Amino acid sequence: MKELSLHILDVTQNSIRANAKLVNLTIFESIAKNEFTITIEDDGCGISAEKLQYVTDPFVTTRTTRKVGLGLSLFKAAAETCGGYFEISSELGVGTKVVASFMRDHIDRVPLGNMPDTVVTMVMSFEETDLIYEHNYNNRSFVFNTREIKETLEVTSLNEPDILQWIREFIRDGLEEIMEEE
Amino acid sequence: MAKSLAELKAIREKKLNEINLRHGKNGYRVVVGMATCGIAAGARPVMVKLMEEVQAKNLVDVTVAQTGCIGMCKLEPIVEVYDSNDEKVTYVHMTPEKVTKVIEEHLVKGNVVTEYTMTVVDGKVIDTTVKA
Repeated sequence: MKELSLHILDVTQNSIRANAKLVNLTIFESIAKNEFTITIEDDGCGISAEKLQYVTDPFVTTRTTRKVGLGLSLFKAAAETCGGYFEISSELGVGTKVVASFMRDHIDRVPLGNMPDTVVTMVMSFEETDLIYEHNYNNRSFVFNTREIKETLEVTSLNEPDILQWIREFIRDGLEEIMEEE
Repeated sequence: MAKSLAELKAIREKKLNEINLRHGKNGYRVVVGMATCGIAAGARPVMVKLMEEVQAKNLVDVTVAQTGCIGMCKLEPIVEVYDSNDEKVTYVHMTPEKVTKVIEEHLVKGNVVTEYTMTVVDGKVIDTTVKA
């Protein structure tokens, strides 16, 4: 994947398949700690302890359309190549948590990439599922919560172009604000 | 924060009638393959372009959503267009530029853009080479 945000988009597609009601995405960036950590947690159906051992094996997938499952294995490889770590934990009926941590300044760490478009694509995919995205950059944070937007607009789905465009600009502005030089 | 929820609410109220139309069942449903293969091949810019074009052309009866792996990973990004009778047209190796043409020709005028589809006989892909 050319961007970390594409791994995020990919992993959250698993949450949809797991019938999650809520996906919590947290990105923690710290220049002082040289850390870039992505955490994706859902309340979907979970993965059994037996299957959890094999999920990062590229030759394991629950799909029937093809025989390989590259999503989690690529994410794990990306983190481990960058002096970081990858963890996945899950409980049946409770949910799944994926953590991928990178050395922020590692030469092989690909950029986070286009988060506004990634979030828009996630929202278009999510239907009823909600997303809480928190981005912490050097102790400044930005939060995006689809539940808040749905409550304000009194709608159940945000898959409407004018809402999506607003979300795109909201994410762009929010991230710019926390990342601008002091 | 430059953007406020109040502002969004105002945009919405202006467009409420359109939303009711979109939930009618007469229009097209467009789905993008959004598994690892699709994402790696460029499904995200295709999805975003679809959203932009639906907004720009004010296509109130078109919905855009995602689907999983369609099983032809080497033809990703794949876009499937379902009409109101659930008849499906599959577009392969899609790009944002091709999206513009599919929207204009297929979703606005109702003409399938054959050069972006693949050849299927009895449910089997017999020609996976891209026509354009």
